[in-house]
Amino acid sequence: MSTLVTLPVLLPILGAALTVLAARSARIQRLIGLMVLAAVSVVAAVLLVAADRTGPVVAELGGWPAPVGIVLVADRLSALLLLISTVVTLAVLVYAIGQRISDYGRETASTTFHPIFLLLSTGVSLAYLTGDLFSLFVAFEIMLAASYVLITRRTNASRIRSGMTYVIISLTSSLLFLTTIALVYAATGTVNLADLAGRVAALPEGLRTLLSMLTIVTFGIKAAMVPLHFWLPDSYPNAPAPVTALFAGLLTKVGVYALLRTQTLVFPGTGPSAVLLVLAVLTMVVGALGALAQDDLNRLLSFLLVSHIGFMLFGLAVYDARGAAGTALYIVHHITVQATLFLVSGLITRRTGTVSIDAMGGLARRAPMLAVLFAIPALTLAGIPPTSGFVAKLALLQAGATGGAATAVVAGFVVLASLLTLYAMVRVWVRVFWGTEKEPLPDDDPTDELVVGTARASRPMYAATVALVAVSVAIAAAAGPLSAVTEKAGSDLMARTPYIEAVLGREAVLG
Amino acid sequence: MITINVAMAVVLAVLYSVGFYLLLQRSLMRILIGIVVLGHGANLLLQLAGGPPARAPVLGTALPEEFADPLPQALALTAIVITFALTTYLLALGYRSWVLTGRDEVQDDVEDRRVAERERPEGSMEEDAEGPDDEEDPGSAAASDRTDEPAEVSGSGAAR
Repeated sequence: MSTLVTLPVLLPILGAALTVLAARSARIQRLIGLMVLAAVSVVAAVLLVAADRTGPVVAELGGWPAPVGIVLVADRLSALLLLISTVVTLAVLVYAIGQRISDYGRETASTTFHPIFLLLSTGVSLAYLTGDLFSLFVAFEIMLAASYVLITRRTNASRIRSGMTYVIISLTSSLLFLTTIALVYAATGTVNLADLAGRVAALPEGLRTLLSMLTIVTFGIKAAMVPLHFWLPDSYPNAPAPVTALFAGLLTKVGVYALLRTQTLVFPGTGPSAVLLVLAVLTMVVGALGALAQDDLNRLLSFLLVSHIGFMLFGLAVYDARGAAGTALYIVHHITVQATLFLVSGLITRRTGTVSIDAMGGLARRAPMLAVLFAIPALTLAGIPPTSGFVAKLALLQAGATGGAATAVVAGFVVLASLLTLYAMVRVWVRVFWGTEKEPLPDDDPTDELVVGTARASRPMYAATVALVAVSVAIAAAAGPLSAVTEKAGSDLMARTPYIEAVLGREAVLG
Repeated sequence: MITINVAMAVVLAVLYSVGFYLLLQRSLMRILIGIVVLGHGANLLLQLAGGPPARAPVLGTALPEEFADPLPQALALTAIVITFALTTYLLALGYRSWVLTGRDEVQDDVEDRRVAERERPEGSMEEDAEGPDDEEDPGSAAASDRTDEPAEVSGSGAAR
């Protein structure tokens, strides 16, 4: 069983190497990518079942026992997030393949796209599974280095500008992360998360707060938490639709996951955290208000992404099992729906030849399929019952209502931000799908992947989008069993003992 | 818990402050050097996290109590490789940016300015839209590509 934990990291990185070798055949590249991601999905599902039945699955790399060696740990939370992330990555790959076929033809292989795509998946898997602070840094670097390449491929002036901002901000946050690791190691003499859990508790309170705040800032930048969010709406909208969908679905959520893991395991608090509550409110409100001001569809979605990071922070800030469970459920829901929305936005852009909402109109009559594909995730994001967004928000609101006066007030902001999301989505709906029909704009820059000609969308692109919509509907349908898993994951996170026991053995918990 | 000596603390303070100061500059080259300096600071800190300098390496020739902690050295080595690779990538991006835009400078987000100007009264819009044109570099042919953008900004802003 423990070898299985290494597969989600090993398979994509091997796949990446193979796709480089197969750079002459587009068909083999596609096949490797799809097979690897499908295999990782199956492995993640098996890990989730195993973690749910028998507790966290641990692999000690190189046979070195923790805390000396590096461990990979799949508990309920990481296995669940790994599963949903890989499923979304697979769907996005299908979409990207479809887009490449319709843009460059069936036979065009790429030396960068497929390898880098799989490397990104490697980084994401490693970030979820690692039980070691430094490996988490390495995972972030693999993931971010791959994302730098994806966001700056086929450069033009605007993409290089936004790519530059993205790379510099990410590098700065990585260096801050490195500083945090150095300080943590100097203070405790270990980088193993389970070992840190015990040793950090022995540190003086001031030092503990300092280290905790440093991790919040580091992962806050990666998660695009207000006021550290400025890079996101600036850089994401300039990438092609599948890349943006992947980034929006996964990268920020990995930041939230790291925050959730470190804040519960290494820096456990008692009761709601005032700092995180304030940050959650700011993130929710600033993101939603920012979205209302936008005209570019992708920028609007990017601001909504920032806003919904606040929802996840709120669950963490409540700081009890219900809150953590709410955050886990919200991450699962949000990974799916945000990726879907960006994919649909890509399809819309292909229909209209523009990203400007004002330049679109009357699309519901011309492309009823697109209208349905947009409406379902839009309502899901806003949290209208009976969608998965409603289930996830209900879990958060319940956590807020039982967490005390302060969290109950912030729960009010959750409702407000949901309403603002709904308003932003209705605004898009009215302008894009209703109103007078407008002629599609011509493609003024054929080399740009972001806005490509009109009405050229191949079948895999629609299939992938439909599949993701189906996944989000399935999440709503399976809300019962799913929230049973996230509730157990939430109480595991708060109890900490299952994780520490699995990594260090029973004596560590008792002693 | 490891404590470090004053000299190293001063070196670290200088590296971090110089790094962050350079990061806040407008010129891409300075930002890049800032990242490099900051990276040196972080790697040095990682080294120092293993204990004071000048201890024996882990080769088995000294007593175990006199060994330097090898883990931070391994971590720093990994971190150096990563920062080195990413600095190279950033350099390539910076060069590409210079080729495409003809200037070594962080540029404003055009769409963001457009959204900001939409909310403002008509009068103030004109002055702001012309802001970037002041620092025009007439020598570069590639720069003409860029100048179209602010013009577009005021155009669509006025149409609203």
